[in-house]
Amino acid sequence: MSVLPDVLPEDTRSDGEREAQAERLRAVWKTPTGWRYWTAVNNTEVGVWYTGAAFLFMLFAGVLALIVRVQLSVPDNDFVSAEFFNQAFTLHGTVMMFLFAVPIFEAVAVIILPQMLGARDLPFPRLSAFGFWSFILGGVFVCGSIFFGAAPNSGWFMYPPLATSEEAGIGADIWLLGLSFIEVASIAAAVELIVGVLKCRPPGMKINLMPLYAWYILIVAGMILFAFPPLIAGDILFEMQRMFDWPFFEPERGGDPLLWQHLFWIFGHPEVYIIFLPAIALLAMIVPTFAQRPIVGYSWIVLAAVGTGFLSFGLWVHHMFTTGLPSISLAFFSAASEAVAIPTGVQIFVFIATLLAGRVIFSVPMLFAAGALAIFIIGGLTGVMVALAPFDWQAHDTYFIVAHLHYVLIGGVMFPIIAGIYYFFPMIAFRKLSDRLGKIAFWLMFVGFNVAFFPMHLSGLRGMPRRIFTYPDELGLNLLNLVSTVGAFIFAAGVLVIAYDMLRPKKKQPYAPRNPWNAGTLEWLTEMPGEDWGVRSVPIIRSRYPLWDQPTLMADVDAGRYYLADAEEGQRETMVTSVLSAEPIQCLRVSGPAYVTIFSAFALGGVFIFLTFHWWWLTLGSGILAGGGILYWLWTGTAIIPEKREKDVGLGLKLPIYVSGPKSVGWWAMFITMVGDGTAFGSLMFGYFFYWTIHDDFTNGLAGPGVLWPLVAAACFAAAWAAMLLSRAANGADRPQGLRLWLCVSLVLTVAGSCAGLYGPYAHGMDPTAHVYPAIVWIVILWTVCHGAIGLVMQAYCLAGSFAGRLTAEYDIDIHNVVLYWHFMLVTALATFLVVGLFPLAV
Amino acid sequence: MSIGVASDARGRRERRPLKQLFLIAFAVLLSGCAGVQSALDPAGTEAEAVATLFWVMVAGGTLIWIAVMGGFYYATRIKREPHSERAAGRLILWGGAVFPVVVLTLLLAYGLSLMPKLRPWTAVAEEPALRIEVTGEQFWWRVTYHRAGEDPVVAANEIRLPVGERVVFTLKSADVVHSFWIPSLGGKMDMIPGRDNTLTLEATRTGIYRSPCAEFCGSSHALMVFSTVVMEPDAFDDWLAREARPSPGAKADGLDAFLRNGCQACHAITGTEANGVIGPDLSHVGSRDTLGAGILQNEIDSYVALIRRPDVIKPGIRMPGFHGLPDEEIETIARYLKGLE
Repeated sequence: MSVLPDVLPEDTRSDGEREAQAERLRAVWKTPTGWRYWTAVNNTEVGVWYTGAAFLFMLFAGVLALIVRVQLSVPDNDFVSAEFFNQAFTLHGTVMMFLFAVPIFEAVAVIILPQMLGARDLPFPRLSAFGFWSFILGGVFVCGSIFFGAAPNSGWFMYPPLATSEEAGIGADIWLLGLSFIEVASIAAAVELIVGVLKCRPPGMKINLMPLYAWYILIVAGMILFAFPPLIAGDILFEMQRMFDWPFFEPERGGDPLLWQHLFWIFGHPEVYIIFLPAIALLAMIVPTFAQRPIVGYSWIVLAAVGTGFLSFGLWVHHMFTTGLPSISLAFFSAASEAVAIPTGVQIFVFIATLLAGRVIFSVPMLFAAGALAIFIIGGLTGVMVALAPFDWQAHDTYFIVAHLHYVLIGGVMFPIIAGIYYFFPMIAFRKLSDRLGKIAFWLMFVGFNVAFFPMHLSGLRGMPRRIFTYPDELGLNLLNLVSTVGAFIFAAGVLVIAYDMLRPKKKQPYAPRNPWNAGTLEWLTEMPGEDWGVRSVPIIRSRYPLWDQPTLMADVDAGRYYLADAEEGQRETMVTSVLSAEPIQCLRVSGPAYVTIFSAFALGGVFIFLTFHWWWLTLGSGILAGGGILYWLWTGTAIIPEKREKDVGLGLKLPIYVSGPKSVGWWAMFITMVGDGTAFGSLMFGYFFYWTIHDDFTNGLAGPGVLWPLVAAACFAAAWAAMLLSRAANGADRPQGLRLWLCVSLVLTVAGSCAGLYGPYAHGMDPTAHVYPAIVWIVILWTVCHGAIGLVMQAYCLAGSFAGRLTAEYDIDIHNVVLYWHFMLVTALATFLVVGLFPLAV
Repeated sequence: MSIGVASDARGRRERRPLKQLFLIAFAVLLSGCAGVQSALDPAGTEAEAVATLFWVMVAGGTLIWIAVMGGFYYATRIKREPHSERAAGRLILWGGAVFPVVVLTLLLAYGLSLMPKLRPWTAVAEEPALRIEVTGEQFWWRVTYHRAGEDPVVAANEIRLPVGERVVFTLKSADVVHSFWIPSLGGKMDMIPGRDNTLTLEATRTGIYRSPCAEFCGSSHALMVFSTVVMEPDAFDDWLAREARPSPGAKADGLDAFLRNGCQACHAITGTEANGVIGPDLSHVGSRDTLGAGILQNEIDSYVALIRRPDVIKPGIRMPGFHGLPDEEIETIARYLKGLE
């Protein structure tokens, strides 16, 4: 039985009371002013900074692209040197992918997702802020390198051995470490968004009533969890080779450059959909609004998006059609690559069907949506072409692919994002962008884009390879390239018009009317101008388009007649609901402004930056600061024992303030993080078995870690896990002494297991620089031992919590989350030690 | 064929206001598909099959694009009254699901059916009549001809083939990943350190085709090219026999200068004591189509420039510059090398 009332009870508050409530709410959610402004963590601030920063990186990468185009405008040009050109195109691709396309999705989602869900904020505001500060630091570090001539120069795909060679220089380290840092931030954002979609929906918004945008975000954030970790695993192998000469990709010592290509594209292909789907999600919000009717085929489009997400993990080999893999696998991956066109087609037809069944209003967001479709479909069709291996043999690594990928990304990502900017701008800045400038920008961008990129199809098939800094006069490529360059500048002019439209002062312009596009979803509850609280009260939702279908909703929300209309304890609060049916289960207190997020992000950034320069002591010091910062943050900001068990959130509903285990958002965050972590571990294990498949004798006759010590390690970790279960049980039975005892036992076993794990390869004299076999054994053991060390910190943290009285039988979030970590730890340790110990015997 | 592209481009661009741009685009497309490096001007069986596949897909793709955008235009700009939700739902089913499934299945059958003929499912078992081993190195090509029952013949930066014969290539890399590509004859195949890749190609038309490295391989990736010379089989046999013997000019004046300056540390010239293996074999360099791995005309001045400042011509090249030598000395070596025919 739902606890949600069908009819709102009569409002008995006096006007004064209501105003006092609003005043308290306003004070709690007030954005800090002055220089403290930058300590803000609320989604509206962080999201806007995030979007702005991603846009600046996009402009920077765009300038690099223009330099590339100038260099290629005429044959035998010497506008820039070969070395600068190589840095420029490498950075262009890298920045567009890692510093624009992925972050812009996260940035936009951080802004609009909570609004769409009628939530006050995402569940971990400080995590968003931490992600932003990490992103900006990593981004500036990577981009700044080009001003010192030290930018990565091996292409955004960083293929070894070129990228592991000395020729690649420090740029390769900047790429690997800078981007690893940013990937961590991306995964943090993914965790935040998944928990946000699953747990922070308004009461009554069952999962099948979610806005399509939330579906897409859920799917894409899930994809990040499985797509980014293989790259992080690859980065680890890569950096170990560069720093310590472990030969993962060097054939002379048993390595194989192809392993990197596999790991990179297992990441790289889903990546395309990770940036494409959120942009389509924007269209999925825009199209119904301008068709003035609900989407036609809600289940079709959701299933299609899920299908695209799944299929995208089975396509990576189509980036490797020319590497000499067996033809049979080329045929398989050709078929899979063609198949992904089907769910994509469904999504496009859902839009057309919705427009067909609606009364269409054509304005600037729709104009960009139309342009997106016109361009993206060409990119999709050329995608169908290159998915066929025989055609790809010719087209691969030519300008045909450059054309194809820009048609996909500019049509499928850039244009929808700009449509989204024109659409959502009033929600964020409370004023509309200019229709006139929007139209000018559209035509400049649309025409410029096609003039720039359409000829590239032909220049590619006429033999122009990618990534060449010059070409000779007599090949017939001159005119095609000149036209492309002219088009690029026209396109850039359009982008500038949009930048101007966003930044131009709008003080004199009147505020937009409320819900200016007459949309149906909750983000348009925003008042003009808006308040920092996001939504005056958290409504009960019964429809996919509540503003259309629940006529009194806006007035009731504004009157504070729904949940959490007050902030009597002076705390920032939002609702947590159940995953499927959105029944209210908790009044979650979220954290407010903090310095610790900035501090932790910069300290962690220091680790990656100092590593680049091999400044070991600074790295260590920075690591200690980062660890300390994060522990302080957790200690002071999470699992706080509230002053009372539960509170009245309005409408007579009492909700607990403190919940633990699977009901709590922290448990979900841990679970999701560990799924990503497990994927990275799986990728390392993939490496282990990959080397086994490519060699007749993958140990190369070298000693392994033996059987004894790995088994001892496995046994210790298993026992440590069992002790963790006992400690949780003791805590549940309100026996703090038992909790502490078992924690200590588990802690000792973890140390013992880690030592035993390391002793195996050490005792057998395994030299990781000698051959890839000892290197891969060492790396999986080190991975597991590092996780043991993290598990150890968690045990110590729980011990401290128990002594400090913040971990008790009643308030037990930490022990639940730590035990959850240990479930994953157990799997990791058993897989590691059983494989390295026993697998060599089996082959 | 170029006409087909042009009119399709016109179809797409007609509505746009900038007519001049359209005219430029039209002219660009009219400039055609021909060229010594064009996949659309095929001179080999694989390139022919792929070019046909391409034009079929272009035709189909154009129709699909027009249909979908036409549908969009109709839905947003033409129709007066909304259509029923049922009709719209049927559009999703037929347009978004059924149609793509059918078309993609047919296309896949067509595309994959080409593969066994072009690139056999299983490796070539016996030693073929002619196998050419090509090793990519930054930034040039080491080429070795293996004729069944004959000694291997070493050359560099140029590949000669008999027309009408299936030739097997063994592709290797000495340093980083390169990619072997003769657009006029067929698709590419990567050269990956530690792996031997195999590719077979059959030329159908004699001529000289330009063949660039297709995988980014460092500073001078753009300057790593070779010429593919497709010859009549008899002419090819004669050429290969000549190539196996020392050049008549091998002992000419200038050899002393070549040896005096240590060139033989890296370069080999058959019939002389020069037997270096680090750089390209120069035994018949004078008769090659180009110099410097496809980037310079094969003439005395090019040799001079290359010997003097190779790093200017080709950034990142491993060959040291000999600009310290007197001009006459460089000139002597250049004349000698040009004489190695």
